[in-house]
Amino acid sequence: MNIAAPTFEWLELAPVVTILVAACLGVIVEAAVPRAFRFISQLLLTLLGIVVAGGLLVINLLAGRGGLLAMDAVSLDGPSYLAWAALLVFGLLSMMVFAERSLTNGVSAFAASAASVPGSPGEAEADGARHEHTEVFPLALFSLTGMMVFVAANDLLTAFVALEVMSLPLYLLAGMSRRRRLLSQEAALKYFLLGSLSSAFFLFGMGLIYGFAGSFQFSAIDAAVQAPLYGRGLLFTGMALMAVGLLFKIGAVPFHNWVPDVYVGSPTPVTAFMAICTKLAAVMATVRFFFVALGAERWSWQPLLATVAVLTMVVGVLLAVTQTDIKRLLAYSSVSHAGFILVAVVGATVATQANPASSVASILFYLAAYGFATIAAFAILTMVRDAAGEVHEISGWAGLGRKNPLLGAVFTVLMLSFAGIPLTGGFIGKWEVFAAAWQGGYGWLVVVAVIASLAAAYVYLKVVVSMFFDDEAKGVAVAPASGLTLVPIGVGALASVYLGIFPGPLLDLMTAASTFLR
Amino acid sequence: MTIPWLTVLGLVPLVGAGVLLLPVKELARWVGMAFSLITLVLGAVVTSLYLGGTPMAEKVPWMPRFGTWWALSLDGMGLLMVVLTVALVPVVLLAEWKLTGAGKWKPQAFVALVLLLESLSIFTFLASDVLLFYLFFEATLIPMYFLIGGFGGSQRARAALKFLLFSLAGGLVMLASVVGIYVVSAQALGRPSYLLADLVQVSLPTDVGRWLMIGFLLAFIVKAPMVPVHTWLPTATEQATPGTSVLLVGILDKIGTFGMIRFCLGLFPEASTWIAPVMIALALISILYGAIAAIGSSDLLRLIAYTSVSHFGFMVLGIYTFTTAGMSGSIFYMLNHGFSTAALFLVVGMLISRRGSAKIPDFGGVQKAVPVLAGLFLVAGLSGLALPGLSTFVSEFQVMAGTWSRTPWVAAVAALGTVLAAVYILLMYQRTMTGPLSDSVAAHFTTDATAREKWVAGPVIAVILLLGFVPGLALSVAEPVAVAAVSHVGAADPVAPLGEEGK
Repeated sequence: MNIAAPTFEWLELAPVVTILVAACLGVIVEAAVPRAFRFISQLLLTLLGIVVAGGLLVINLLAGRGGLLAMDAVSLDGPSYLAWAALLVFGLLSMMVFAERSLTNGVSAFAASAASVPGSPGEAEADGARHEHTEVFPLALFSLTGMMVFVAANDLLTAFVALEVMSLPLYLLAGMSRRRRLLSQEAALKYFLLGSLSSAFFLFGMGLIYGFAGSFQFSAIDAAVQAPLYGRGLLFTGMALMAVGLLFKIGAVPFHNWVPDVYVGSPTPVTAFMAICTKLAAVMATVRFFFVALGAERWSWQPLLATVAVLTMVVGVLLAVTQTDIKRLLAYSSVSHAGFILVAVVGATVATQANPASSVASILFYLAAYGFATIAAFAILTMVRDAAGEVHEISGWAGLGRKNPLLGAVFTVLMLSFAGIPLTGGFIGKWEVFAAAWQGGYGWLVVVAVIASLAAAYVYLKVVVSMFFDDEAKGVAVAPASGLTLVPIGVGALASVYLGIFPGPLLDLMTAASTFLR
Repeated sequence: MTIPWLTVLGLVPLVGAGVLLLPVKELARWVGMAFSLITLVLGAVVTSLYLGGTPMAEKVPWMPRFGTWWALSLDGMGLLMVVLTVALVPVVLLAEWKLTGAGKWKPQAFVALVLLLESLSIFTFLASDVLLFYLFFEATLIPMYFLIGGFGGSQRARAALKFLLFSLAGGLVMLASVVGIYVVSAQALGRPSYLLADLVQVSLPTDVGRWLMIGFLLAFIVKAPMVPVHTWLPTATEQATPGTSVLLVGILDKIGTFGMIRFCLGLFPEASTWIAPVMIALALISILYGAIAAIGSSDLLRLIAYTSVSHFGFMVLGIYTFTTAGMSGSIFYMLNHGFSTAALFLVVGMLISRRGSAKIPDFGGVQKAVPVLAGLFLVAGLSGLALPGLSTFVSEFQVMAGTWSRTPWVAAVAALGTVLAAVYILLMYQRTMTGPLSDSVAAHFTTDATAREKWVAGPVIAVILLLGFVPGLALSVAEPVAVAAVSHVGAADPVAPLGEEGK
């Protein structure tokens, strides 16, 4: 009997490996480098790791590398390239916000001693000594590794392992807030328990689908769907259960309940990281699973996802309307954006010469526009402060636009992009998503989405109106931040406008690279 | 190299708005006036070029992937709307010369927003690419929102939000149709295209065409406020400054009727004939409801808003009867109504600024104190009720004539609106201007019309008179558009009974 040695394409997988190596080095730094130098070494290591990974990705792209890698476990195709690039860009920007220390007296936004009981002498001692948890950087890098594998995973087993690698560090990060620690810890626990539950659903669904197809490989599942050997009961049940696990990570209704609490409780930089990168990874993995493995069965999952999309948009927007806390508002807005993205997933459209609308390209573009606006919005959130820390009540933001016109203008641009007002990236994103759904025969879903957009516009405009027209709130000021916060804000705002006016190049690139390797 | 006149025309006020970002302080009004006058001159140049037979069209690819172009072109209807826009903006700036503005919203911001709005409106009227039109259509909301929300009565923030939500609702429904056009044009042409010239050649399946048309129409009936989606207008005019109201009702709302002709009829001829009975019913309801609500209004600004609802009913009626007379009458009506409402709003604004109130019971016998203002008010009012000799008469008559030739009973019902117009205008004049002049009222009306105020109202009234006596100036421009639109929907003018041919 001849057993072939497993292959591992180091070159092709170098970007992921680089991030993983940087994360492991981070752990060593934590053990070996004196406390005084730890923060700076971690920061440099992290940024360097991401930049090098990005460089390797570009080299691979230019060399035309791709294909099914690591014994067909990972698929390096157009969508993977784009998702990796997006994860690295947004990861880099998030890590910069992670590292901001000039807003809070020279310490980071993370707890001085996450392990000590809130209010205990241990915590006070760590605070007094100005300790910082620099482990957040390797943790985020581990999570980033998981995300990169998750979006490219070509079999269910890899997908599940990646899902866990991605999630576990996030559970920890969520609980590390320096301020409002109890809230943060509650968020972490909630996220962990619900996340584990959803993983269990995912795992169970995987098992059933394995039972149906006899393989974890997406291509084998596809073959089994097209020529089923048994009845499809196992397939449907497995599909539904896996959908629960995936939709939970996306934050779609009715699996969205963790989103507001976790987003609000987590340190704001972590919230930004989760809102962008986690969502991006989960969406792209979902798209790959449904399009590649279950593409032939789309008649049965399209109505299911259409229902979820409608619920997600409507519930997300309606609950956002009632929020008085801006971080919570952004959380519900993130839920509603998941709904808009699902509209394109439901469309399941492939670009042709006559119809350039493509579901995958429109989703990627939407995620890019949403990501740039989100990173900048959360970065601004960290800057608006009073004596007790970040100001989250919308009433506290009243009059901010008049006090600080530049910040007001930038935040307005971001809100307009969220709302999908023309000449912002958000508009083009919505437009593409709607076109993809319409093209896929879901015109009615477009109408629902349009109505939801209207309500969403009200939500965002309410904040803008308060910032410019209401009387100035007392004691709230914009703290002077360093470039680590200002650069992500600038990049996010400029990209939001640029993508709205010149979406062509990026969209063409995304459309050209929108085909999954099967 | 040829000068892209249309782009330049739209960009000049935009540049003006940009200049006003600099701290020019006291000079802001002069800067604004200068730019609006340059635009007016450019408008005259464009008009003479167009009338001289120069084809006015510009086309540059913008987002090829969407089939979107920076495409501007001028036809007779667009010309009239552009002329209306460039003519009213200097008048509005002059009328609001004394605006002080609340809080930090300095007059400079007002002038800048007006210029921004002028630029966006011009581009909206010129766009010959559906997506470009949509972008500018939505973009006009932003300056108008701040104009209403930043300057005016105490409830202005609420009024601005109401305006914005109504308009956004219409606009987003239209977005669904715009997306739909992308998809169907790609299917029909083999590549997506938003150019009007390409799209008129696409023949749509009946039900697709109808659904897409409804999306456009909903946006337009919110814009050209028709009952039952008109409620934002009285609220907005009541709270906004009269100058803002002129821009809103005189120019922006015209996008509604303009869009019906250019997009609903142009892109969806079959669907437009299908919806015509509904639109005629809505138009009649608007005519009557607007008139009755105007009679019942005790606030001058609300009253004028309701008269506009009634007048927009006439315009829509003229459009959807599909006759050359009615259609060209409607287009002419759009121009006349702009000047007529401008005169009314601005003169009423002068009265309100003296009295400090817009409530009709707060006036009475005013003509004894300020005879010149009262005279201006009367002429403006009479143009609102379409008195013969004033331009509004011609257009209203044409709409009625066109309607009569198609369906006499509809014209008969619409004629009630004309009668009611006389009631609301004359009642308003009687309650405010005639009767005994009480001391409390007289105390407010110490100065008659100033030179500036005469320069505001004079030119507008002159235009109304000019077009009343020489309607051919505008009608000759509007007629080709009307003929083309009527034949495009496949309608023919009803043959006149024997003895009446060759009118």
